[in-house]
Amino acid sequence: MSHTFDFDGRAIPFTTGQSVGAALVAAGIRAWRTTRREGRPRGIFCGIGVCFDCLVEVDGVPNQRACLVPAAADMIVRRQEGAGRGHLAV
Amino acid sequence: MVTSPSDGTPPAGRAMETYDVAVVGGGPAGLAAASAALATGARVVLVDAGRQPGGQYWRHPIGDLGAVADLHHDLATFRRLVAGASAAVRLFGHQAWTVEPAERGFLVRAVADGMERAVPARVLVLAPGGYDRQVPFRGWDLPGVYTAGGAQALLKGHQVVAGRRVVVGGTGPFLLPVAAGLAVRGASVAGVFEANAPAGWLRRAGSVLPVAGKLTEGAGYAAALARHRVPYRSRRAIVAAHGAESLTAVTVARLDARWRVLPGSERIVECDTAAVGWGFTPQLELPLALGCATRVDVDGSLVVAVDDLQRTSVPGVYVAGEACGIGGAPLAVAEGEIAGRAAANAATAANAAGQPAVVVPSRLRRRRRALRRFAAAMHEVHPVRDGWQTWLGEDTLVCRCEEVTAGEVRAAVDELGATDARTAKLLSRAGMGWCQGRVCGYATACVAAGSGRPVEADLRGVAERPIAAPITLSALANPEGAPRQQ
Repeated sequence: MSHTFDFDGRAIPFTTGQSVGAALVAAGIRAWRTTRREGRPRGIFCGIGVCFDCLVEVDGVPNQRACLVPAAADMIVRRQEGAGRGHLAV
Repeated sequence: MVTSPSDGTPPAGRAMETYDVAVVGGGPAGLAAASAALATGARVVLVDAGRQPGGQYWRHPIGDLGAVADLHHDLATFRRLVAGASAAVRLFGHQAWTVEPAERGFLVRAVADGMERAVPARVLVLAPGGYDRQVPFRGWDLPGVYTAGGAQALLKGHQVVAGRRVVVGGTGPFLLPVAAGLAVRGASVAGVFEANAPAGWLRRAGSVLPVAGKLTEGAGYAAALARHRVPYRSRRAIVAAHGAESLTAVTVARLDARWRVLPGSERIVECDTAAVGWGFTPQLELPLALGCATRVDVDGSLVVAVDDLQRTSVPGVYVAGEACGIGGAPLAVAEGEIAGRAAANAATAANAAGQPAVVVPSRLRRRRRALRRFAAAMHEVHPVRDGWQTWLGEDTLVCRCEEVTAGEVRAAVDELGATDARTAKLLSRAGMGWCQGRVCGYATACVAAGSGRPVEADLRGVAERPIAAPITLSALANPEGAPRQQ
């Protein structure tokens, strides 16, 4: 069974039980965060919730581990810049 | 048989009874412990962060083990343990963020969907498992570079092949199933680069033969690699990753016996994905939070010290599996079974205020001894040698989270006078970011130790983390029913 979630305006298909991160990798998207200091691209590294490299904004909440969050239909997933506090406008 | 996450889960918001035994961790060791404790009649609660049993070793898509059965080893044991543990109260999707002593034993504090829940138990079995040990190399933070376990988790847990053209590197037998799995699922595996020389196995046949099942497992992966024409090269390592926004190539080099690059041996291998692992690091937050004594194992990892019954230095706390020494799933199952029996016995003895002798069958003790010898032989053949530090540039990241370079860690030692890993960490901020040093702790301790080996205090200094999993302040302020913070 296949559904989609929204990633920066693009519909990403996923199968039941897949994580947000796994679905992004399957769609050919490998980076969805930039680092605070150097602005370097990051995506999944450890894949099991240990490294926190794959942080992403899910339904308005930043700093979610994409490798752990189960994908859900109609989820809004956004790329995360720096500390992920852009939504606070500070 | 696969259980659904809701099975056996009590509703939130109710005071919980005190269990005889709380098992934290639903992988091979934890399942075996829960199953063995239940068999003695103890009341058991099983807490795991995953949505279903299996841990990392028997990871599978939710409700669909069959789809990845060919990627797994010894599923008969998995099914037996899941059936044996089915009478436990199961708290899956619950990340234990700390454990603490309580009036009648211990409290396991776990967070699930933004809510905190405190689980009381007389006796604890901790089976937290481990994750890939990493050493840094140039460009290792590029997207497309995965831990070996990360590539494996995408495959076994989500049926996603990490890339089209893949290189696998590092050291240890785990590289084989990772490469074989990727090849079987259609990736072009350009090579497996093992930094050690595993021909050393042949000289240790005495340790290997009593646990021949392990050899058969390795032989199966080797056959899969041969079938898919995957080259296996020893004394070679991925020493640099290249690409702008993501990985496009790696440099592979030949190594001398100390892992220094042989000049002129470097060659570029085009690939979109690299999977790297250098053995494993035990997950020690919970035992360290309780003050369990540790030791440094043969492989250089900090591990929990346990006795014949898997007892730690803290009364009532048992540890089984990778946290008391990296040794693989069969050893974890044997240790879990011993810990489960012993813990249940201690808990029910505490009820009856007596102390009957614990009976651990001698076949189980013999099996543990044989598997530990196998693990020690494996560690001797696959050590991490200190020459990897010569691969790093001054600007190579050691700490990915805080973006601290090798040069900055070295400056903390050479210029700022740090004499131990913890001080080097505090001065450079290596290991002080999101992951709290889980990924770079070992490397930071090694770089801080320079040409020497990190000692136990160094490894403890980068392993102690008071909070084992992220928890929101609202969940802390309002446990058992706090709404998820938005």
